[in-house]
Amino acid sequence: MRFSLGKYLLPTYVFLTFAFLMIPIGYTFVFSFNEVEKSNIAWKGFTLDNWLQVCNQAEVCEAFANSVSIAVISTLISTALGTAIAIALGRYQFKGRAATNLLLFLPMATPEVVMGAGLAAQFLSVGIPKGFWTVVVAHVMFTLSFVVVTVKARVATLDPKLEEAGRDLYANATAVFWKITFPLLVPGIAAAAMLSFALSFDDFIITQFNAGPETTFPKFIYTAAARGIPPEANVIGSAVFIVAIAIVLVVQIRSSIKQRKLAK
Amino acid sequence: MAFVALGQGGAGAKAPAQLKSSRVALLLLAPGMIYLALFFLTPFISLIITSLKTASMTGEIGMYDFAFQISNYSYAVESYLPQIVRSFTYAIIATVLALAISYPIAYFIGVKLRDKPLLKGLLLTLVIAPFFISFLLRTFAWRQIFSNESWIITTLKDIGFLGPDEYLIGTSFAVIFGLTYNFIPFMTLPIYTSLERLDTRLVEAGADLYATPAKTFWKVTFPLSLPGVTSGTLLTFIPITGDYINASRDFLGSSDTAMIGNVVEANFFRIQDYPTASAISVMLMAAIVVLVSVYVRRSGTEDLL
Repeated sequence: MRFSLGKYLLPTYVFLTFAFLMIPIGYTFVFSFNEVEKSNIAWKGFTLDNWLQVCNQAEVCEAFANSVSIAVISTLISTALGTAIAIALGRYQFKGRAATNLLLFLPMATPEVVMGAGLAAQFLSVGIPKGFWTVVVAHVMFTLSFVVVTVKARVATLDPKLEEAGRDLYANATAVFWKITFPLLVPGIAAAAMLSFALSFDDFIITQFNAGPETTFPKFIYTAAARGIPPEANVIGSAVFIVAIAIVLVVQIRSSIKQRKLAK
Repeated sequence: MAFVALGQGGAGAKAPAQLKSSRVALLLLAPGMIYLALFFLTPFISLIITSLKTASMTGEIGMYDFAFQISNYSYAVESYLPQIVRSFTYAIIATVLALAISYPIAYFIGVKLRDKPLLKGLLLTLVIAPFFISFLLRTFAWRQIFSNESWIITTLKDIGFLGPDEYLIGTSFAVIFGLTYNFIPFMTLPIYTSLERLDTRLVEAGADLYATPAKTFWKVTFPLSLPGVTSGTLLTFIPITGDYINASRDFLGSSDTAMIGNVVEANFFRIQDYPTASAISVMLMAAIVVLVSVYVRRSGTEDLL
């Protein structure tokens, strides 16, 4: 019996590590039910009030709404720009490929503080006041590459024969794109949009440098940390977590059902 | 979150049947690339220009005049050498810890669970689950768990593990702990991606040739997973060097744990010393560019995306 110890050792280790990874999530969730006003430190008793009246803390709600608007707008822009780039990279030959790849990789490899400070320095020297739109500009900038990577992976799986078939049937280039290529890319584009949304929604460092007076949910937590984060912030954090996990699980279960059907 | 995408994009996702129409390609590329040129590349130029500015003649706080004051750089290094050294030390330790913690998980999901797609998917979801709760909330949760009044700390004091005057928050231990925790998924996913592609016949061949499991692992499995280890290391190390949330005094750190990011933040917002903040950012970026170019030389640009 080779590795008889390893047979149990590895799963146990994985289980324990996952338990460890979940600790702060569980903590945030549990303390969203804490019966406290502002400073959510010690456990004072169970209540549903925080969940039922999230907007009691108007600041939390406002910050959350801002974060959502910023994430939606920047996602729309970066998904459009990124999808176009991904198609160009995946389907066309052109000069300057290496430079393009490098320019797309760099934002993913630059520490956020450098990107944040750089853009802030630029807004400062040009004299653009910081606010909602400067945050949107910043978010499109740093999410774009992630959109490209995600959509490009999908472009790589496209079967060129399908497009050829379209052309054989006398469809023009526009029709081939919108009737064949684009629908096949939709799952990749949707994944990229979700990723972009999540990155934008949770971003703090780049946002802090470019937000000026604009608050976002992470910015609210950072500022509130000094005096105590209200339990309503835990409510929003937990709710976002539940929704995101639900989406991922549904997508996974659906795709595994699909695969099983295809296998038959 | 992000690196689920990197995982899928992975190495050598070569395009099928390339079309030759660089005019269309240009049209598709132009908007996004111009955007990046405007809001990613030119900010570096702004950063460099700002880093060379000198305090305004009027003496007003936060106002600076154009200059070529190279000494801003030596001033920045002299003033903040401990923070610079600390950032890289923390980043190295946290990256090594994250690698040690992540590799077995990636191995388990990518190799052992190969025939169980549903379970595999569920565990991958658990790996990225921390991304779905706000970065700041999860870091703050650790602060509360380690706070001086928490039962963990009082228990540690009762059993004599911590002295009566000792604490965890504000120590290097707490900051490195937080950094490691927050970046484990960034390490796990790329390693998983390369292990998932691993041809298990190679491992079987090792066993057939009477290699011990340990030897097979070090001679076959580990070398084949190196691309994942390399990108995981970069994806962990780089953001850590610039992070200032974990080391912030409102989260896991104190003034004794300040990192480069904290220095940039303080200079930018509190002191409004933009030239020093910019000089430090430029130096950090230069260090990262050196690191990335070593990586690019090893694996080419196509594997980057």
